[in-house]
Amino acid sequence: MTSIGTGYDLSNSVFSPDGRNFQVEYAQKAVENGATTIGLRCKDGVILACEKLITSKLLVPGSNKRISSVDRHIGIATSGLIPDGKHFTNRARDESISWRRSFKESIPVASLADRMGSYAQAYTLYSSVRPFGVTAIIAGADDDGPGLYMIEPSGLYWGYFGAATGKGRQAAKSEIEKLSLADLSLLQAVKEAARIIYVAHDDNKDKEFEIEMTWVTRSPAKATAAATGSKGMIWNGWVHEEVPRELVEEAAREAKKAIEEDDDEEDAKGEKMDEDL
Amino acid sequence: MVTGNLTADGIHVDMEHLKKGEVNLGTSIMAIQFEGGVILGADSRTTTGAYIANRVTDKLTQITDSIWCCRSGSAADTQAVADIVRYHLNLYEIQNGHPPSVAVAASIFQEVCYTNKDALTAGIIVAGVDRHAGGQVYNIPLGGSLHRSKYTISGSGSSYIYGFCDSYWRDDMSEEDGMKFVKEALREAIKWDGSSGGVIRMVVLKKGLAPERHLFLPDENYADPPKTV
Repeated sequence: MTSIGTGYDLSNSVFSPDGRNFQVEYAQKAVENGATTIGLRCKDGVILACEKLITSKLLVPGSNKRISSVDRHIGIATSGLIPDGKHFTNRARDESISWRRSFKESIPVASLADRMGSYAQAYTLYSSVRPFGVTAIIAGADDDGPGLYMIEPSGLYWGYFGAATGKGRQAAKSEIEKLSLADLSLLQAVKEAARIIYVAHDDNKDKEFEIEMTWVTRSPAKATAAATGSKGMIWNGWVHEEVPRELVEEAAREAKKAIEEDDDEEDAKGEKMDEDL
Repeated sequence: MVTGNLTADGIHVDMEHLKKGEVNLGTSIMAIQFEGGVILGADSRTTTGAYIANRVTDKLTQITDSIWCCRSGSAADTQAVADIVRYHLNLYEIQNGHPPSVAVAASIFQEVCYTNKDALTAGIIVAGVDRHAGGQVYNIPLGGSLHRSKYTISGSGSSYIYGFCDSYWRDDMSEEDGMKFVKEALREAIKWDGSSGGVIRMVVLKKGLAPERHLFLPDENYADPPKTV
């Protein structure tokens, strides 16, 4: 860190002589230690999943949500500074309401991602503010089908088949790359998401955690929210909601089992090698 | 000055709402949905009082590549509304990377017509095709309400053709049948309505294709084939 002490990291909107914006890079660092959060876009919907470390036994299980609904058809998961994430999500809610007022339709996912990308970018420009200490994963669906976007503190955003951020992102990303997301169904993706969260958690085994998982689905059979719409209601038919508890618990059990089996296999391999020696 | 008369239920209907000398599209306009898209049709008479200010008016106005509207009421008001909506929809397409749906176009027309209802004399039909829902027809009458239907008629001449349209309308019309339906309805409206007349203009919109314009002339008894303009 030869840059420290040069003064170029003290303010937003100031470039260092080699063209870097240090405040933005520090914000990215804040995210790198955040909760592992992933998004999977499959053929009939999108999944958001988050590893929530339990910081205190006094917390009510299932409280302090990291994934929230922005509109009926869109959800956002944030990783990094929690209050920054709350503010970011609230802005997304305002954008989606304003879209409804203007166009009398549900905001397309790409349009929300674009607006939120611009919003995040604006916080890298002025000395009176600091960049968002969050990476946001936006999951939703519209007339073009399911959509998944990830926005970084710099304001950069891309559309993804699978996205991962937070502490366990590297492990999560390499697991996601093994999936063929274009063929995966939502129910299969629930299991994969749980497994990936467990795999990514492996490095800090000792800490207790909960899995928070939501999906965006159109299927009335799967949706637990009232998947109805009456004439005049502005809604595109997709629902963002929590994945039913039983499904997540079942997926978590299977994930744990799969990982233990993997470990046993590796142990067995290890023993074999000992014999060879 | 209060003009017009009271209806049987005591509602005041102002038939003289235009300013003195203001140009009126005392009109027959319609739009229909068919298998592959939509057809818009209109007469071409524009009047200032009893005088025909323009006998070859174009009341079919393009808003986006695949969304058009039929204008009736004040020429000035409806041109202004169409310009405003066109601006919003062009911006929408640039900002969002895809063209607006017909439903979005219709709801912006409605927003402008409703919020300015006290200042406007505008009866507009919005019709077009989009990627997901195909052809759609919406009507926005004087108060600024919005109605979707399979076909809609509007303007002063439309009063004379409710019966005609109700009798001859079929849901499963081909393009050819649809054009015939529109032409014969408008011929009838022009025949009975003193404020409608001139040529019959038509625009056919089909998914993924460029708009086609057609023209039928009164001195040929609106004969087929139409002039494609």
